[in-house]
Amino acid sequence: MNEHAVASLTGLNLRYGKTIALDNINLELPAGCMVGFIGPDGVGKSSLLAIISGVRKIQSGTVQVLEGDMKDSGHRLSVCPRIAYMPQGLGKNLYMTLSVFENVDFFGRLFGQDQAERKTRIAMLLESTGLAEFRDRPVGKLSGGMKQKLGLCCALIHDPDLLILDEPTTGIDPLSRRQFWRLIDHIRQRRPGMSVLVATAYMQEASQFDWLVAMDEGRVLATGSPAALLEKTGTDNLDAAFIKLLPEEKRSHHQELVVSPRPIQIDATPAIRAENLTMQFGSFTAVDHVNFEIRRGEIFGFLGSNGCGKTTTMKMLTGLLQPSDGQAWLFGNPAKAHSLETRKRVGYMTQGFSLYGELTVVQNLELHAQLFHLPARQIAGRVQEMIDRFSLADHRNMVASNLPLGIRQRLSLAVAVIHKPEILILDEPTSGVDPIARDGFWRLLVDLSRNDGVTIFISTHFMNEGERCDRISLMHAGRVLACDAPQKLIEQRGNATLEDAFIDYLEEAASEDISVLKLSTASVPVSAGHAVLSSKFSLRRLFGYAYRELLEVMRDPVRLVFSLLGSVLLMMMMGYGISMDVDDMQFAVLDRDQTPESRDYIQNIAGSRYFTMRPDIKSNSELDLRMASGEVSVAMEIPPDFGKDIQRGKPVEIGVWVDGAMPFRGETILGYVQGMHYGYLAQLAKQKYGKAVSMAPANIEMRYRYNQDFKSLYAMVPAVIPLLLVFIPAILTAVGVVREKELGSITNFYATPVTRLEFLLGKQLPYIGVSMLSYFGLVALSIYIFGVPLKGSLLTLTFAAFIFVTATTGIGLLMSAFTKTQVAALGATAITTMLITVSFSGLTNPVSSLSGAGAVIGHLFPATYFLNISRGIFTKALEFKDLYVDFMALAAFIPVLIMLSVIFLSKQEK
Amino acid sequence: MQRLQNIYRLGIKELRSLLHDRILFILIIWAFSGAIYVVSTAASQELHNAPIAFADEDQSVLSSRIINAFYGPYFKQPVMISNAEIDQGLDAGIYTFVVNIPPDFERDVVAGRRPDIQVNIDATRMSQAFIGASYIQNITNSEIATFLKGSRPESEPLISLVPHVKFNPNLESTWFASIMELINNITVLSIILTGAALIREREHGTLEHLMVMPLNVPEIILAKVWSMGLVVLIASWLSLQLMVKIVLQVPVQGSVSLFMCGTLLHLLATTSIGVFMGTVARNMPQLGLLMILIVLPLQMLSGGVTPKESMPEFVQLIMQIAPTTHFVSMAQAILYRGAGFNVVWLSFIAVFVIALVFFAMSLALFRRSLASAE
Repeated sequence: MNEHAVASLTGLNLRYGKTIALDNINLELPAGCMVGFIGPDGVGKSSLLAIISGVRKIQSGTVQVLEGDMKDSGHRLSVCPRIAYMPQGLGKNLYMTLSVFENVDFFGRLFGQDQAERKTRIAMLLESTGLAEFRDRPVGKLSGGMKQKLGLCCALIHDPDLLILDEPTTGIDPLSRRQFWRLIDHIRQRRPGMSVLVATAYMQEASQFDWLVAMDEGRVLATGSPAALLEKTGTDNLDAAFIKLLPEEKRSHHQELVVSPRPIQIDATPAIRAENLTMQFGSFTAVDHVNFEIRRGEIFGFLGSNGCGKTTTMKMLTGLLQPSDGQAWLFGNPAKAHSLETRKRVGYMTQGFSLYGELTVVQNLELHAQLFHLPARQIAGRVQEMIDRFSLADHRNMVASNLPLGIRQRLSLAVAVIHKPEILILDEPTSGVDPIARDGFWRLLVDLSRNDGVTIFISTHFMNEGERCDRISLMHAGRVLACDAPQKLIEQRGNATLEDAFIDYLEEAASEDISVLKLSTASVPVSAGHAVLSSKFSLRRLFGYAYRELLEVMRDPVRLVFSLLGSVLLMMMMGYGISMDVDDMQFAVLDRDQTPESRDYIQNIAGSRYFTMRPDIKSNSELDLRMASGEVSVAMEIPPDFGKDIQRGKPVEIGVWVDGAMPFRGETILGYVQGMHYGYLAQLAKQKYGKAVSMAPANIEMRYRYNQDFKSLYAMVPAVIPLLLVFIPAILTAVGVVREKELGSITNFYATPVTRLEFLLGKQLPYIGVSMLSYFGLVALSIYIFGVPLKGSLLTLTFAAFIFVTATTGIGLLMSAFTKTQVAALGATAITTMLITVSFSGLTNPVSSLSGAGAVIGHLFPATYFLNISRGIFTKALEFKDLYVDFMALAAFIPVLIMLSVIFLSKQEK
Repeated sequence: MQRLQNIYRLGIKELRSLLHDRILFILIIWAFSGAIYVVSTAASQELHNAPIAFADEDQSVLSSRIINAFYGPYFKQPVMISNAEIDQGLDAGIYTFVVNIPPDFERDVVAGRRPDIQVNIDATRMSQAFIGASYIQNITNSEIATFLKGSRPESEPLISLVPHVKFNPNLESTWFASIMELINNITVLSIILTGAALIREREHGTLEHLMVMPLNVPEIILAKVWSMGLVVLIASWLSLQLMVKIVLQVPVQGSVSLFMCGTLLHLLATTSIGVFMGTVARNMPQLGLLMILIVLPLQMLSGGVTPKESMPEFVQLIMQIAPTTHFVSMAQAILYRGAGFNVVWLSFIAVFVIALVFFAMSLALFRRSLASAE
């Protein structure tokens, strides 16, 4: 290994399913300098950086980073505190609901810094990046540039030797971009030994780096200093150089894009006119009194960073949003009263090529043609025309989600123009597409504008695209800074490039606007060495995760409500809903006798609380009808001469019809009716013979224990508490972990010294706390609302509940190991916990009644034991000494579940 | 006319998208086949394997005859315990029933002294306790009667009760469970499918696309309502014909086409709820959490799980605005009791009115969410 290499890669391969992401990479990356990775999206830059940082698992090949093999987990653990990794995407590894300070503080904890150290470091970092005054602002409310600076603060908190930045400046405004690089320069001056690896899509930026790696389709095209690459290709800029480096078949179709001048037009009404257009979201002004006018046939560009209000302005023009103030006109018609007819004159391409991914190319085109009401006869022809013009023939029957990005972009444009609109509104149509595809796309735009006279309104954050427009407006923080032809803007400011001109405008605006950051002169903190080496287990890291999770849950209304009120709400419902009581049954009689005797018999039954008397039945057919409608659940027929026969001592039969539609209810009704019938007979005998006479030779005495009133509520409530304390805690924990996977912040777990156990316990702790709160809610609800007495000790029950929720949140952790999306985690956890608890843990049928697999599952599930404890304490007044076996069984689940979760959790991305 | 075409075409698009969403597709198939089979054949609410113990202090011929009369599938093999172990066994939840036969029981019975048998029941096990108690009573009585046969004159009671169970003569739980599961799945699936269809559209950004086309909000919503409703309607018809009638051998009493008409109205209501929830929830996970909080009550309190009459009045009153309540009562009347339209027309009207209200509400909410979308 080269002594001056910070990382060296040999024969590195990576595939995702069938796609090859990295193809036999061999690289030596020089230490102590700035190494840039250039190339369009999806060529493997991100995967490569993730592997070097140790975040992604190596499939084959060797990777040496900081004098060690990254396949060796011991080495990874020891170099981890020396590496900082900032993933792609604005604030991807940050927590949007947490404040600026809380974010950096969290990273400080992960690197084991104590409070005093964290405080000084954070203060210095925030000061030097100009974020100090936004210390308490939630990250979600920061601009893109600020998010990236914060990301840098988080990365620098532990003074890394190797800083890995994945597209840190994509989509942020040029001033912030420039400041970002200045910040990096500062840090490098202070720490000359530090190596920086950067991926970028901006070639201009890359020309400032020390050493470059040009990549395409998982392969390295060339390496060397920018000057060397230019010399090698004989070009004067990196964009051109990169295209030259591409393999022959890729660039054969490429030719320099020439934008022909716009023909002198007869000035009619402007295609689009906006006057004081304003959009307010709460207290946040997304678009602030914007004015512009777009002439027919013009290509008008909107230049600005992510989140500066470009998209919102476009949405107001298309009628998707109602402006809070001001007005816009399309062809002289107010955009507010957006008639369906004007919509036919506009084509709109949203950010991220919103196509129906499940439909094929042809189906997408046809659907849009139909929805725009093209005459049926013309549709086939028009679709074919689009396929030819946008070169989609090779892909016509592929589903859109499987298309390469460049093709999807062309399809999206084809869809937007299928109805021959007069205006085309394109929201960042070229982001993420490689330079060749981008030039091809622009060629189509120019063709539409110059040959078909279509007015094009396009937004972008690429400066070189802005230069191709007839006129552009520079946007920042909801306001238009300037609006003119690109060349004129450059001339006005006396700058060399559009980017410089833009920065000039931004700096001018900055003097009055605080949302543009000024770089402080304060120096970047540098500490002597690494204070804390990674240890096997650190409570500080654990609490770091726990504290952060707690903050997040507290600030997410849906999850908070669900975790605190969900169980209480469900308990209300189940307490009232899953009643095993059968009472107030609708009862009616077909009395063919109508004597005092028959009425006496009926009264005996109608008087009971189980039955509610309905009007008498007159005939057999009425009996059938009323039972069919469900109006009567039990009907009785008293035969004629009932009274006379009894007097004579002649046996009589009474017919009972029971609605058996609901078998449990039917069976219970039968039991009631029989019981009351025997009661009547006994009473009759007593009247007749003057003493109680029973037919039975023995007296069977029923003693309903623990629940003398035989109220189902008393039995249900102590059983519902265990059910809910499995269900919701497990779901919350599972979703809590999987959320990080889905949102990308799981990277922090991969890239920092936090261990699997610390991560899992840290995630679990807050949910144990929240679940205990909802446990108290459930107990209070049982006692005060449902009036179920707690016969045993609350303390013992609470202790058991604590062990139980620790186990059930552990189930959530285990489930999270097997699921990748929140929806899957939710579904899988809900179904398994619900099914096992309801069917196999003794909720309805005791576990001792189960056999086979059901019994085994029942015994291996913690709810079984807690159900016993809960019922025992609630209804049987049992104490710890009666229940200690269940306690022990319950406690045994905790280490097992956590161990399994640790085993199944991977410390690297696969 | 053009509007109808839009609705039709957008609906076809929904169907095509659904066909490609493998997880949802499998979920539909499972919910209307396997799930119904599993639920209706799984452990029922009837007495099954109830754990029972005897403390036999008599040790006579009669007592052992009684004990031997308890066997599966209703009861587990009886366990013999001592008098002192009764409380402990019940406390620990080992037995649901403990029968205590006193000393000299047989002698007292023969002598006509009517001795007491004590049956201890763990009344916290509601599902076994009540029904089990009446089984114990019947079994014990009939054993004693057989034992005494001939030795004492039989007394025929003056008035006898002739019970008939209508609609399900043998009280088979499969009949009940299969159809109730079908009904539950109709509700759940239609809500999930429409909610997911809306959120998928939002997550992929295609909703904006629709809004800039010459389409209006009711068209977009109606397209989802008809397409997802149709999927569930067809699936439930197939399930009723194949799974319920043929595989599970449940005799369906009433007119299937009448039931399908009712289902159609119900689907209008549930798909509107789906749109409503898909609008409130910003992403799939939120939709999932909302589903739990909203769909569970809709099901459990509808009368499809436990009798509606036994719920507190205010719950019954609140549940009148839920479409499931009326749908369940309509479905039970038609499918179990063979009721015709003349019997269930009121439920039809109720479901229809509720459906219209929910549709109007989801329309209004959807419009509002579009106007404030960030």
